[in-house]
Formats: sequence, structure tokens, C-alpha cells
Amino acid sequence: MKYESQKVALPYFYGALALFGVQLLVGLLAGTVYVLPNVLSELLPFNILRMIHTNALIVWLLMGFFGAAYYLIPEEAERELHSPKLAYIQFGLFMFGALAAVVGYVFRIHEGREFLEQPTWIKVAIVVVALMFLYNISMTVLKGRRTVITNILVMGLWGIAIFFLFSFYNPTNLALDKMYWWYVVHLWVEGVWELVMASILAFLMIKMTGVDREIVEKWLYAIVGLALFSGLLGTGHHYYWIGTPGYWQWIGSLFSTLEVAPFFFMVVFAVKMVLKGGRDHPNKAALLWSVGCAVTAFFGAGVWGFLHTLSWVNYYTHGTQVTAAHGHLAFFGAYVMINLAIFSYAMPHLRGVAPYHQTLNKASFWLMTGGMTVMTFALTFAGVVQVHLQRVMGMDYMTVQAEIAPFYWVRLAAGAAVFIGAALYLYALLGPVPASRKTTGIGAAVQPAE
Amino acid sequence: MTERFTKAAARNIFYGGSLFFFAAFVSLTAASHIYVVNTGTDSKGLTDSVARGKHVWEKNSCINCHTLLGEGAYFAPELGNVWIRYGGDKDPEGARAALAGWMAAQPSGIEGRRQMPQFHLTEQEVNDLAAFLEWTSRINTQNWPPKISG
Repeated sequence: MKYESQKVALPYFYGALALFGVQLLVGLLAGTVYVLPNVLSELLPFNILRMIHTNALIVWLLMGFFGAAYYLIPEEAERELHSPKLAYIQFGLFMFGALAAVVGYVFRIHEGREFLEQPTWIKVAIVVVALMFLYNISMTVLKGRRTVITNILVMGLWGIAIFFLFSFYNPTNLALDKMYWWYVVHLWVEGVWELVMASILAFLMIKMTGVDREIVEKWLYAIVGLALFSGLLGTGHHYYWIGTPGYWQWIGSLFSTLEVAPFFFMVVFAVKMVLKGGRDHPNKAALLWSVGCAVTAFFGAGVWGFLHTLSWVNYYTHGTQVTAAHGHLAFFGAYVMINLAIFSYAMPHLRGVAPYHQTLNKASFWLMTGGMTVMTFALTFAGVVQVHLQRVMGMDYMTVQAEIAPFYWVRLAAGAAVFIGAALYLYALLGPVPASRKTTGIGAAVQPAE
Repeated sequence: MTERFTKAAARNIFYGGSLFFFAAFVSLTAASHIYVVNTGTDSKGLTDSVARGKHVWEKNSCINCHTLLGEGAYFAPELGNVWIRYGGDKDPEGARAALAGWMAAQPSGIEGRRQMPQFHLTEQEVNDLAAFLEWTSRINTQNWPPKISG
């Protein structure tokens, strides 16, 4: 750690990890309800569980992005953060808003549009938080050294705030509601979030592989270019069956097929940098998460996305467990893993020690990634059977669900593995540092070359 | 990557291309907006009751169990065409009564079956919800879903 103000990342990382725990716990409950449907059915029905599961995910990922930005921007801009105090206030406000939303959901206080359930006052608070954050990092970047990484990161973060404004627009016409709802949901996760992800990945590659910045930055431009060129019109794959024009079927099919490209190049990039760099960075766990992130995102977002994105395939798979399979692996691979990667990289620096609990951290990687892979296959198989019985044979929904129940048991077991993996990760990151790792000498010696 | 592909070239392609594709996307959604209002949906039939029914739908977070035009949670049946499944296109009164009966009978309490909560809807709210689902069933979905089962 070179700058004192990078420390503001710490509460963001802790807050993100706490909400990650909430997300997994509630996910585990929701998975249990799938196989034992009478569980909690009156106290905390499935719709509330799912609301907490998805909202906790989105909020902790954002919190992780904020923390990652606060960690890496001073180092990139080569100056202290504009206002650490503002960053702490922002954290307090954001955490309060997140907890208030979750508690409100338990008491059925929500606005009922999928993923945008936050009551209006919390949406406003989110905008205020975002403005505080953007002001703080933009000022830091403007006064400091400009790099491609900060440019892309700041652009992505501004995009997140700007597209969130569409969440305030809820037209009475359902088809219009859906069309603009995707301006938030799709343009976030298949647009500007990819800029954030790719820039964090690029930062990690520079730090850990020691490859020349010029080369990494050229790759970064190419990757985020492909992401936006394909992802913007790729929104079309959500406009097939919601009352929008038929031309989206070929636009969506074409451009969302190309959405695989940025994820493919992220894998090529990560692997190539690691092979080319030849630096023996001591934080092997962070490196594993970084490369693992690119690979899993390629499968989850890229391959599993392509699997059902062509309109004539999507006609049958739309809104089945195939979608759920893709959603789980894509979010995990792209956004959960990039967060866990930067946390793993930054924590030893923030705690002023050499990388610690590496074996445990790597074990948690394999357990979580393995669990998510099994979960994805279980849901994919469930989805394929569902498509055949319900969409081809025309069998009744509930009858079909009974047929595919065994897959939901596998999914629950896989979820339990992910949960245990996450517990190991938390200990590996937050647990006491072994005495042998407390020498700051090693930490100082691995200051990266530029 | 080759030396000829410079960082400046990569940067220009990125900013120029993104701007171009963003403009294309915004233009196409603007055209779609007009299409939705004029052709894709029944704008004239969008009554106050339908609007209130959409609010009932949102207030009770139906979307976090059901799908509506394929979007939502995958825990309970698709409802974009439930009006047709209930025979509402031929017998609206019968479908409305069936929906009211269904809502009143929840939760079923049957062991091992997914439970729908009791939402304590008023008669007006059930009627508005029915109006909303009826209006939704008339959206031009390019013939989706493939089967009446949703």
C-alpha cells in the first residue's frame, strides 16, 4: 500500500463480505424451499427470499466495486484520495440504506419491480451515495496521473450511476416498463459493469504479472470496446417477446452472439499476461482468483449466455431454469470472482503483512467454483427437461416442476458447498495472520514494477 | 498484438465505436417505443383499472415467484398468458371468478406443494389484477410462449 487513504477500502470490503454472507444464507434458504416447499412459506415466502438474495448480491458487488476503486485509484493516480472523510460518510450511508432495505423487505416494504424493489427514498439515497463517490474519485483522478485503467473504471462507474436513473421511470404500459427496465439491468451487467470488471482485472495483471503497462492498456481498450460494441445492441435479446418489434430477433441474435468475444479475450489476456510476465508474485491465491474470474466469466456469461441467446432457441428456453443456470454462473464468474480477486490481492497490503492463508484461500476458490459449476449443470439439465416437457410437449408447469425435482436437490447440495467455501474464504481473508507472515519486509519488497 | 495496432488507435476505436453503437441503440429503442405504443400493445385499452392492477402486481411482488412474459422468478407459472389459460378470451366473467377463487384459496397448505401466500386482496384489487392480466395477454409477443402451458 503506497497511500494512506487507500485504507478507506477496508470498511467497503468488510461490508461487501457481510452482505455476501446474507446473500448466500438466503440463497441457501430459497434453494431449500424449492425442495421442501412448506419451509417458511408463511413467515418468509419465496418472493421475499429471492428479493433479499438478488438485492444483497447487487449491493455487495457495488460495495466491492466502490472499495476496489478507492483502493486502486490512489495508486493509479499517484496521489491521496480527494476526501477520505467523504468516503467514510458515503460508506455509512450506503450500508445503512442496504440494511434498511433488507429489513424493509422482511416487512413487505418494497416497490415490487424485479431487482429494483428498493423504496423510492432508498433509490434516492443510492443516487446521493453514487454522486458522493463519483465526486471523490473524479477529483482524485483529475488532479493526479491519468491512466487507461482509471479512465475506463471511472467511465464504467459513471455509467452505473447514469443508467440507474432509469429505475425512477415506471410507465403504466407494461411493455414500455420492461423495455426501459433493461436500460438499468442489461446496460449494467452486460455493459458498464464489464468496464469496471475489465479495468480491475487489468490493474491486477499489471501488479501481479509485471507485464508492461502499455501492453495491458492496449488489451483493456480492445476488451471494453468489444464489450460495448456487442453489449449495447445485444440488449436486443431481451426485446424478443415483450411487445417490442420483430427486428430485435435478428439484431439481438447477432450482437449477443458477439457478446462472447470480450469474455473470450479476457481469458486470452489473463493467461497471456501470466505466462509472459514471469514475475513470481507471492499472492498466488489472488492470481488464481483473477485468472479463474476470466475463465468462469467466459463460461458463465459467454458460453451459457450464447446457449440460449439466439431468438429461435430463446423462443423455447426463455424464462426457464436455463436462464437461472446462466444467471448464477455469469454473476459468479464475472462479478463475484473479480471482487474476491481484488479483496484477496488488497487485504495483505491493507493489513500491512505478507500474503497469508494462501492454501486455505485457494481451497475456498475450488470449493466455491466447483459448487457453482455443479449448480449450473444441475439447473441446465433441469432447464432442458423443462423446455422439452413444458414448451414442446405442452405439459402443465407444476407437473413439470415435480418431474425435475431431483435436480433441485443437487442444486441445494452444490449451494451448501459454495456456502462452506465462502466461510473458508472469510477466514482466509479476515482471520488472524500467522506470525511468520507479519513481516512487512516481504510486502515492501514486492512493490510492482511499472 | 502487433506493433501497428497502437494504444492511440485502440483508444479511438473504443470511444468512436461505443458512441456509434450507443446512438444506434438509442435510435432503435426510440423506434420501438413508438411501435409499442401504436402496435405492440393496446394503448387505448389501458384503463385506470389496468393501471391499478399493475400496481397490485408490483405491491405484492408477484414477479419474485412468477414470470411475466418470461421475465421474473422461475418458481411459479408464467402469467403473461394466464388469462388465455383460464379461458378469459372466450369467457371473461368465468376467468375473473376463477382468479378470485384462486386468490381466496391460498395458501393451499398441501404438504410438499409450493405455497402461494394469502395476499388479502380486496374485491376491487382482484378485479384490477384481472384487468391487468387480461390487458397483458393481448400484448403482441411474436407468438411467445410456444404452448398454452406458458
